[in-house]
Amino acid sequence: MLASGAIADGDASRVVGPQSYPPTAGRRRIGALVDLVPVTHLTAIDYAVMAMYFVFVLGIGFALRRSTRTSSDFFQSGRSLPPWVTGLAFLSANLGAQEVIGMGASGAKYGIATAHFYWIGAIPAMVFVALFMMPFYYGSRARSVPEYLKLRFDEKTRTLNAISFAAMTIFSSGISMYAMGKLFNLLLGWSFDVSVLVSAVIVLAYVFAGGLTSAIYNEVLQFFMIAFGFAPLVFLGLKSVGGWSGLTARLTEEAVAKGFAPGAYTHAWQGMSSASTNPLGVEWFGLVMGLGFVLSFGYWCTDFLVVQRAMAADSMIAARRTPLIAAVPKMLFPFLVILPGMIALALTSTAGGIIPAKLAANGQPLLDSAGRVVMDFDLATPMLLIKLFPEGMLGLGLTALLASFMSGMAGNVTAFNTVWTYDIYQSHIKKNASDEHYLWMGRAATVGGILLSIAAAYVAGAFNNIMEVLQLVFAFVNAPLFATFALGMFWKRSTGHGAFWGLASGMVGALLHHGLTLPNGSTPGIKGGFFGQLHTYPSEMAQTFWTAIVAFTTCVVVSIVISLATTPRPDAELKGLVYSLTEKPQDQGLSFFQKPATFAALVLAATIALNLIFL
Amino acid sequence: MSGEASLDLRLPIGGLFTVLGIMLAGFGLVTGGNTAMYEKSAGININLIWGVVMIVTGLIFLALARRGAARA
Repeated sequence: MLASGAIADGDASRVVGPQSYPPTAGRRRIGALVDLVPVTHLTAIDYAVMAMYFVFVLGIGFALRRSTRTSSDFFQSGRSLPPWVTGLAFLSANLGAQEVIGMGASGAKYGIATAHFYWIGAIPAMVFVALFMMPFYYGSRARSVPEYLKLRFDEKTRTLNAISFAAMTIFSSGISMYAMGKLFNLLLGWSFDVSVLVSAVIVLAYVFAGGLTSAIYNEVLQFFMIAFGFAPLVFLGLKSVGGWSGLTARLTEEAVAKGFAPGAYTHAWQGMSSASTNPLGVEWFGLVMGLGFVLSFGYWCTDFLVVQRAMAADSMIAARRTPLIAAVPKMLFPFLVILPGMIALALTSTAGGIIPAKLAANGQPLLDSAGRVVMDFDLATPMLLIKLFPEGMLGLGLTALLASFMSGMAGNVTAFNTVWTYDIYQSHIKKNASDEHYLWMGRAATVGGILLSIAAAYVAGAFNNIMEVLQLVFAFVNAPLFATFALGMFWKRSTGHGAFWGLASGMVGALLHHGLTLPNGSTPGIKGGFFGQLHTYPSEMAQTFWTAIVAFTTCVVVSIVISLATTPRPDAELKGLVYSLTEKPQDQGLSFFQKPATFAALVLAATIALNLIFL
Repeated sequence: MSGEASLDLRLPIGGLFTVLGIMLAGFGLVTGGNTAMYEKSAGININLIWGVVMIVTGLIFLALARRGAARA
């Protein structure tokens, strides 16, 4: 979930979710807002485009209001949505504006290697959750991911997961609002307070009225807005820079000037054998295990924000197809969101002026140790948009950005209201109330969630350090999650005590690893090393990936040891919850080409082909 | 249950894209002679071109929704 704010850290952390790892270098201070002269202003046609979009957004909420009658309608869309809708929402729930902006920033910083966050950091996990985990999520009839933990393990494991997840959703939603208010203040001079409040009211209106269905429908709408807002940006950008060959030529000069291999920006795998020879500062093993396995599987396979979309599908086969359908646009999205950053960098190196300098506290451009100006990569994509789009299209492009900020908020709020109502309120506060009561509570939780998000947005603005610490805490909390789910689903011997203590010790393991290591060039503190300094990593990203690997391993070992020492539940109770005790989905009646496994094989083959093309 | 019965998502997608497409293409037609304005977009009247693309996309969604409704 969370987006810890790629916009705040200018890095790729959003991809697998902020929760997944602490952000990397160059985090922008999100302290007091500075009043600057806006970069541009919108004209009547731009505002008309924006207004029309919101008419449709609110219209969808209004149209769904009457059909949202039960708590199942509100929290689970009545498990009635077709797979193309849940599939695109599955993708879109993750494709917040922070992702769009963060990927552009990383494109400008690391080049096409940023696509690893998609091709390694997402696709394999999406295929895995579709084929192997969806049968348990959907088949167990759990209403949320924490509820699956309750069915499989016990109440304490569920509650640990539910509370940390609920806190994270609020935090992410607040960060999303804060980032939106700040960006639009900078670009257009909009008042921070007004943009936060107006967008909160719009999100509140459509989620309150139509619940999860409303949020999902708007996510799909937002998906198309992003695709149609960014495709012409890439088209015009490539045209301005002289096509792909022009882009390659300019980025080769840029790479040589910075001392990387000539192909560093335009090849995904060059120099990955060692951390020192590629711009990511990570070696292939850390990348594949840390990002590709632990972080990515932890996010796509256990995060309720995305899994909730698949659980709203109208059948088991639709639920299993959901992540696969999402994987197809996912593997192509690097061309829409990473290329703009690369184009902005290419245009900046020659024409000058697209990516602005990062400003120090005194308002002067920040210089690095070599005396070069540090670029504010977070602004690469928005500035390119402003540079290339005339009025009219500019309205469309900025509406697409605004839309994705808001659906990021809505996605978190719908995940929050469900986990709050089912996993916290119904299981600990009021057990046997009527369905109307839980529906009412869901709507109340929506209001509460939005109010808390607004508060979080202001806390983010006022106390940057608190947010950094929280982000780090969430990264520790999430790192071991996938181990718990994998053991629960595929090893029937694992027990509730094993799961709970495995999770807890995985979190401690992450904390210890972070506290005992430090990325090159950082001082002890939030970046690590606060317990001492056993090891130095070449980059923050490498440290992050290894923190995840340590947390995962600790969780696996402790879970196994404690499970073997405690009493397992009888097999009969675990039917439908554990792989070996559940009937395999037969997919009978489906032709070869309709089977999810065939679809999955095609997705993987296409991903490998993309890696080979950009080798 | 809700979902399908209440609102076919293809309708609002098709509607929104058709309306936005008409707005952009219309604006592109009106401003077509303004070469200074389209200098930033490499001399291309992107409003007109992209507006037409969005109209076509919108109409495809509306046609699919109509076909879906006829079947049901």
